Amino acid sequence: MTGPHTIARDARPRRRDLAAVALAFAVVLGTTLFARGQDVTLVNVSYDPTRELYRDINDAFVKQWQAKTGQKVTIRTSHGGSGRQARAVIDGLDADVVTLALAGDIDAVAREGRQLLPTDWQARLPGNSSPYTSTIVLLVRKGNPKSIKDWDDLARPGIAVVTPNPKTSGGARWNYLAAWAFELDRSNDPAKAKDLVARIFRNVPVLDTGARGSTTTFTQRGIGDVLISWENEAFLAQKEFGADAFDIVYPTLSILAEPPVALVDKVVDKRGTRAVAQAYLDFLYTPEAQRLIAAHFYRPSRPEHADAVDLARFPRIRLVTIDGVFGGWSKAQAEHFAEGGVFDQIYKPGVPSR
Amino acid sequence: MSETLPRAAVGACLDAMPRHAPATRRRGGVIDESAPVQTALVAAAVGILALLVVLPLLAVFTEALRRGVGHYLESFADADTQAAIRLTLMVAGIAVPLNLVFGLAAAWAITKFEFVGKSLLVTLIDVPFSVSPVVSGLVFVLLFGAQGVFGEWLAAHDVQIVFAVPGLVLATVFVTVPFVARELIPLMQEQGTSEEEAALTLGASGLRTFLSVTLPNVKWALLYGVLLCNARAMGEFGAVSVVSGHVRGLTNTMPLHVEILYNEYNFVAAFAVASLLAGLALVTLVAKSILEWRGGDQLERSRRI
Repeated sequence: MTGPHTIARDARPRRRDLAAVALAFAVVLGTTLFARGQDVTLVNVSYDPTRELYRDINDAFVKQWQAKTGQKVTIRTSHGGSGRQARAVIDGLDADVVTLALAGDIDAVAREGRQLLPTDWQARLPGNSSPYTSTIVLLVRKGNPKSIKDWDDLARPGIAVVTPNPKTSGGARWNYLAAWAFELDRSNDPAKAKDLVARIFRNVPVLDTGARGSTTTFTQRGIGDVLISWENEAFLAQKEFGADAFDIVYPTLSILAEPPVALVDKVVDKRGTRAVAQAYLDFLYTPEAQRLIAAHFYRPSRPEHADAVDLARFPRIRLVTIDGVFGGWSKAQAEHFAEGGVFDQIYKPGVPSR
Repeated sequence: MSETLPRAAVGACLDAMPRHAPATRRRGGVIDESAPVQTALVAAAVGILALLVVLPLLAVFTEALRRGVGHYLESFADADTQAAIRLTLMVAGIAVPLNLVFGLAAAWAITKFEFVGKSLLVTLIDVPFSVSPVVSGLVFVLLFGAQGVFGEWLAAHDVQIVFAVPGLVLATVFVTVPFVARELIPLMQEQGTSEEEAALTLGASGLRTFLSVTLPNVKWALLYGVLLCNARAMGEFGAVSVVSGHVRGLTNTMPLHVEILYNEYNFVAAFAVASLLAGLALVTLVAKSILEWRGGDQLERSRRI
């Protein structure tokens, strides 16, 4: 063992080392927490399938904004199931703008967040604040081996259906409501509609949290005979994996899906980004963005600005609206997807039909 | 759990086991198995390891290099990928030293002092091991989220914890708390307090005793704990996923970025980032072997309990 002398000599430099290390970490922590660049950053919290769309939109907007104001803007995006994203914003994720899958989720942010944005947010931008719309289609394996043509085919025994979870995903809620609207239109009997949707969900082997998760489940992991999907997501899957891998089947009736966008007032005022955030949302309605929207397989709200080639891809099918059939999102949300709602009654996990 | 038992009693049990085992068991214990059975068991173990560990590791690297080294390296040119790597290094850089200090302090307190609630403290240190990472993340959202217990106060003072770096650090610290402490406690328990007592008798102060006696005695176990802690801190997915918000370039760590890239059909890049994490695992493995070789004696003792 060393004597007291040695101990004293050893201890001092070590203490100095410790102090230096502590200081270094304090500096790192401090600079990351408090250093803010001169340039402005926007955070766009979006839903799952818009990843590719907003990459292009952001590039275009950044260029336009720099040309117009000389300011360099960086746009950060977050993608996930629409319901989960709304939850994150409510819980304090600082989103300057939300671009979610359905009005109900932004309603939830307005209702439950602490005055994040006014409840009449949807009237602030044209077309119910939806710069693009889409619909719900069926993606099947090439040649449609199970000959799936319409919604009632999904309820046949032995068909494996892939869809995300309506609790966390906006697309899944559109999927569910489209099937419901189909049966309601055919028989005008809500009991039959409930039965059809229940039988479809009995055929679902796996519920992912977001639309993109379901798409990868279907396309890459090869699970399921049919994917209930956003139209844009189905086209994107065809583009990624080649047209010889999957076919898109249009049902006889589907739903007009309006994914809305909104400014989060409280966040933009806190961060001082209101002007650029508003310009970003307005940009979505410009000819340049509308063309990008159609090129990414979304239906543009102003089709006159889109390329004819892109528009030709969208067949005209019968589309019902959420307001027309279900009395708006708040009603549909409470009736079907809230705790103890119809979805909870019909969906029993772990009892697949196969 | 076992720390609550007196060290001597546990030691006695361990020592007693081999001697008593043959007498109490039926003839033909594990050791007496015939050669073919032993070979089959070894083959099964190797086979399972190959299937569950080696094969997936190889798959990561083959997928990453599928389109050649050029594509592989290109994946790291992406700004968001670089941001994810930086963020992971930063989170680990904060979380690991914090846990080092906490682990040392906790182990020191537990093994060198007697106080009320000691066994409770030992149990608490183990909580992160038994709690699901999702819960580990969610508790911070419930505490520091906008709707959380401290949400209003934090918002009023413009402090962002969840969906920002502090939240990521908190979640990471939480899940990695046991690593250093668990490594040190058994060893320090075995070493007892006699050397410290000697130092104090010779006139050293408490701090000097700690720096010159306690610390050198446990340095290998400490390094080992830090190594494991770091591996987990960089690789953690569940807890940070809950508090991250998944904003690219801001709150996206490497494991989360792998998922995002994969979901964007960007397989080469996804597996390239995954290969970095796998590489980290390999480095950890090598470092672990070196530590076991250098400080094997000490690590052996910390593992006996």
